[in-house]
Amino acid sequence: MATIEARGLRKTFGTTIALNGIDLRVEEGRILGLVGPNGAGKTTALNAILGLTPYQGELKVLGRDPWNERNELMRDVSFIADVAVLPRWVRVTQLLDYVAGVHPRFDRAKAEAFLAKTTIKPTSKVRELSKGMVAQLHLALVMAIDARLLVLDEPTLGLDILYRKQFYDSLLNDYFDHSRTIVVTTHQVEEVQDVLTDLMFINRGRIVLQCSMEEFDSRYVEVMVNPEHVAAARALKPLHERPVFGRSVLLFDHVDRNQLAALGEVRRPSIADLFVAVMSNNAAQPQPPPVPSETYGASKGAN
Amino acid sequence: MNTSSNDTPQSAGVRDPGYRSSATQPFYWSVWRELWENRAIYVAPLIVAVVVLFGFLVSTAGLPERRQTVLLLEPGKARAAIEMPYNAAAMMLIFTAFIVGVFYCLDALHSERRDRSILFWKSLPVSDLTTVLSKASIPLVILPLVTFAIIVATQVVMLLWTSVLLMTHGMSPASTWTNVPFLQGCLILLYGFVAIALWHAPIYGWALLVSGWARRATFLWAVLPLLGIGFFEKITFGTWHFASMLKNRLLGFAPHAFAFNAHSIDCPQLTPLKYLSTSGLWVGLIFAAVFVAAAVWQRRYRGPI
Repeated sequence: MATIEARGLRKTFGTTIALNGIDLRVEEGRILGLVGPNGAGKTTALNAILGLTPYQGELKVLGRDPWNERNELMRDVSFIADVAVLPRWVRVTQLLDYVAGVHPRFDRAKAEAFLAKTTIKPTSKVRELSKGMVAQLHLALVMAIDARLLVLDEPTLGLDILYRKQFYDSLLNDYFDHSRTIVVTTHQVEEVQDVLTDLMFINRGRIVLQCSMEEFDSRYVEVMVNPEHVAAARALKPLHERPVFGRSVLLFDHVDRNQLAALGEVRRPSIADLFVAVMSNNAAQPQPPPVPSETYGASKGAN
Repeated sequence: MNTSSNDTPQSAGVRDPGYRSSATQPFYWSVWRELWENRAIYVAPLIVAVVVLFGFLVSTAGLPERRQTVLLLEPGKARAAIEMPYNAAAMMLIFTAFIVGVFYCLDALHSERRDRSILFWKSLPVSDLTTVLSKASIPLVILPLVTFAIIVATQVVMLLWTSVLLMTHGMSPASTWTNVPFLQGCLILLYGFVAIALWHAPIYGWALLVSGWARRATFLWAVLPLLGIGFFEKITFGTWHFASMLKNRLLGFAPHAFAFNAHSIDCPQLTPLKYLSTSGLWVGLIFAAVFVAAAVWQRRYRGPI
């Protein structure tokens, strides 16, 4: 059984189409990065997976229908929907009491052990903590929950580089194992490049690219082309071309590496480079009008 | 697929393929959660109690002399005079509990959307039903219990203070203790709290519903439409039926739940059977159930505002 399985997943808000028939299959033990511009439908897709919004089409998460079996599902699913959603009035100890009291798979000792490694005091209120500390606290709670699916929506937005790095390190070293699945959306794609096992680009409610990271590494090659070979390189139909310090960097899909090595310096592209390439090609094609903003349920403010 | 929360007892530290589970009490902890967030639930009645006690303290200057005068009156009037401050204290605290309850409900499903914490609460396996019922239990169960305890404590302090004061002036405190039927008063109070909570249930339900629905100004959304209907009726038909219905919803429990003496509101007779056969009670409870059910249904669709 796949952890997430969607067929023809569709969601509209009035006349705007947030999800335009998405097919998706995420197997157990994968870490999927969902990347897309603002308003692409990422949050809508996650909300559908988490049973926070009704949808059309077929969707099963851990074998359950998220909208109708949400209460059962949430025992096996954790999510960090945003940074700073922890209530500001709550004390750290109260938060631990509460989660321990309501969550059958929460291991309080584990959360406390994680918190002991931070500078967060158990008696502190959330409002007294820095943004980075709130993220650490939320991560401590989530890592102590023995969930099978963890959904992270921009979990490190607004955090400094040290906290961001630590966040993903903790997640990989202390939490992830191959019986769990993680789905993460982020704009800081460079930082998750080595974390992910699978990659998905989404734009205007559609999946525009879907591949595993092994596939990514074997398929995509970036070449800093020597000036004399530019015409030859262009003949190989690059996905994208960008100038860097007066030289051209071309991104290729499914082109023989040895052939490319003759044209210039070959290197591994970053997800960000591929993203820019795919999105600019995508924008060139005729498209339905873009979704103005990601919308949550019946009502959600700006992201 | 997985073991449910009841199947396996807590087995700390052991990670088995069936996943660790432990017994949970979502409703119990959700009520605590409300008390942590809304300290006004007990702080407000406590502050009022302190103010009442201070006022009483000041008013007891010259009590021994006044008590001698009062005792010359006929027994019924003497009793009413001695009892008066105890009843006044109880009523002020009951009124406080009502105000706290209404404002609590108007904020209960709004604050979690305002501060976006609804996304955190919804990440935990606590159903919308449990959440909304735990919030409804605050004005219907918790606030009455808390206020009852505070009223009893306040009255005990008042009784002890009066007794000490009388004794230091060489008088017997018996005139207070015989005229203030303390245990009987506690029973009346408890009954009163149940009667009031049931009668006011639709008010709290309506406030909860509006707090989950309105994006801002929950108080105005809760109150203005009702006033609007009342004024519309007055202008169009020249009658005040809707307004009197609202007034009845606020205060109408009293004539049904109690039978008062002809000359005073002290020591009323309890009439629970008459109260239970009042249609207004049951119509109100049906409305309350509808409002709460709508609030539960609505929370499914709700996210941050």
